[in-house]
Amino acid sequence: MENEIIRIENLRRTFRVGNEDVHALKGISFTIYRGEFVSIMGTSGSGKSTLLNILGCLDKPTSGEYNIDGVSVSSLSKNQLSTLRNRKIGFVFQSYNLLARTTALENVELPLLYNNEISTKERHERALAALQAVGLENRMHHLPNQLSGGQQQRVAIARALVNDPVILLADEATGNLDTRTSYEIMTLFQQLHQQGKTIAFVTHEPDIAAFTTRTILLRDGHITNDCAIEPKSAKEALESLPVSDDY
Amino acid sequence: MNILNLIKIAIKALLRNKSRAILTMLGIVIGIASVIAMVSLGQSSTLSVKNQLSSMGSNMIMIMPSNQMRGGVNLGFASAKSLNERDLKSIRANARYVAAITPMVNSSAQLVFGSNNHPGSIQGVDACYLDIRKYELESGIMFDENDVKKFAKVCVIGKTVAKELFTNGENPIGQTVRFGTIPMKVIGILKSKGQNQMGQDQDDVVLAPYTTIQKRFMAITHYNMLFASALSEEQSEMAATEITYILRSTHGIANGSDDDFEIRTQEELLTTMSSITGMLTILLAAIAAISLVVGGIGIMNIMYVTVTERTKEIGLRMSIGAQNRDIMMQFLAESVILSLIGGVIGIIFGLLLSYAGCTLLKWPYVVSQTAIALSFLVCAATGIFFGWYPAKKAANLDPINALRYE
Repeated sequence: MENEIIRIENLRRTFRVGNEDVHALKGISFTIYRGEFVSIMGTSGSGKSTLLNILGCLDKPTSGEYNIDGVSVSSLSKNQLSTLRNRKIGFVFQSYNLLARTTALENVELPLLYNNEISTKERHERALAALQAVGLENRMHHLPNQLSGGQQQRVAIARALVNDPVILLADEATGNLDTRTSYEIMTLFQQLHQQGKTIAFVTHEPDIAAFTTRTILLRDGHITNDCAIEPKSAKEALESLPVSDDY
Repeated sequence: MNILNLIKIAIKALLRNKSRAILTMLGIVIGIASVIAMVSLGQSSTLSVKNQLSSMGSNMIMIMPSNQMRGGVNLGFASAKSLNERDLKSIRANARYVAAITPMVNSSAQLVFGSNNHPGSIQGVDACYLDIRKYELESGIMFDENDVKKFAKVCVIGKTVAKELFTNGENPIGQTVRFGTIPMKVIGILKSKGQNQMGQDQDDVVLAPYTTIQKRFMAITHYNMLFASALSEEQSEMAATEITYILRSTHGIANGSDDDFEIRTQEELLTTMSSITGMLTILLAAIAAISLVVGGIGIMNIMYVTVTERTKEIGLRMSIGAQNRDIMMQFLAESVILSLIGGVIGIIFGLLLSYAGCTLLKWPYVVSQTAIALSFLVCAATGIFFGWYPAKKAANLDPINALRYE
């Protein structure tokens, strides 16, 4: 049981649009265990964004049970949810969402600023360690507009790692990147996975999902497929890219 | 999030948009600067009035006869002939809070010296008049008790009179001027005192022994008024009361009847003048305060723009664990810092402005600590008041929508 990071049971989420109820999630259940690298796939309108919001504690289910790292989310207040996000979840977004005109290091430090238990010194150390983990320690004083898209996403991943979360939630994290850079980022995710990180990766690209260990397929608010797969190596995929493709 | 980080983040956010922050600050700078300048200049003008009034005399008390009524007709200001030598002697003998007292008798005529003439009024006074009115001699001597006793035909003249009559560079002292038909010898010249607050030339004076004026010019035995000075400023009210008491008894006025004289102290004059300048100060400060409010609205406006612009940042901060309170505090800190920095610059500008004003108007320069402290509080309050709603708006954003905001 203690290896369960996320357990959802019969989760429903209904939005009220005008006079109509829109059922975005129609009773889904799954469990993510420690050390899994799960991709959540689906077309737009399948409910994967809604699911991600709930998994990220940004939204609460209409009904059903959601446990993250042993904490039942449905009973928590808004502030408790904030604290939960701060301590247990690391977000990686499609558009990086780095603060402009703020150095990479400061961007990475950001989550720790909202944690009063962490001293300034520890904050610096942990941010530096996170940047090292994504291989950007020599760029720590660069501003986002001085970094390439792939580097910016690495900074964002470092920011997600810095609070040592129980799960990394990636929302189309390679959506804004070219194939080569996408594979580089996926290589990084696979490395993190090998180091024991639990990752949930929302994507609609099958070739990206192929790098994960398990795929959950959503369609119209239901899970239509949930199976473990043998992951492709992103590193090999990267090496097999034709060199001429480089710019 | 602790305060230090909060301030750091707020300053960093403001620096990201320097020119906008400076322009927003400008509103507060102008508001605070004008409030400070107005209050300081107001205080300076009050002080200047006070200084000028006290230059008119030291703790002066003026005693005038009441207006005389004859057959129901008011004969005008100080027309009664109720003050005389007996009153003077009685006050000199009995009053304990009075330092000096002199009678005053006025006569006016044309002053003539050679081919020059000057319209003037001659004031008959006692020798102690110089101390009471804070006049000083520039050259020559003041007439003394003997001159008073002998109705001596001597006079002391002010600078303006000297300039008008002695145009050929003669030494006025020892010269004889004609006052109407009566020749008078000039024995002293007064130091210049300039204009007083009401614009009167205080150097356009001729002083002579009061007995001379009484006997030789006007053939009267009463005085036009009495000038006294109290021992100190605080004692001038007591001195006035004392004089009232003495005069009522020498005049034999029964209890319940009105005085047949009037007493004005310098204090009263001061209070009147101060209340006028005080009112002006309040009026000007109120107008300045309006510009401060406009500045505050400028802050509010820019904070709304900032919140909208940074919706995505707010969403991100919320997604990584910022609580509503943190977001609220962040934006409040920005508006407060904005208005406080604006306030500090405004205070400096205001002080410089009032310094320039005082130098120009030759007023004494006063730094009003209360105004500065108050401005600081007002700045902080402005920042909080006008930053509150934008900050609240930011804090109440839904993180999901904020993150998707483009």
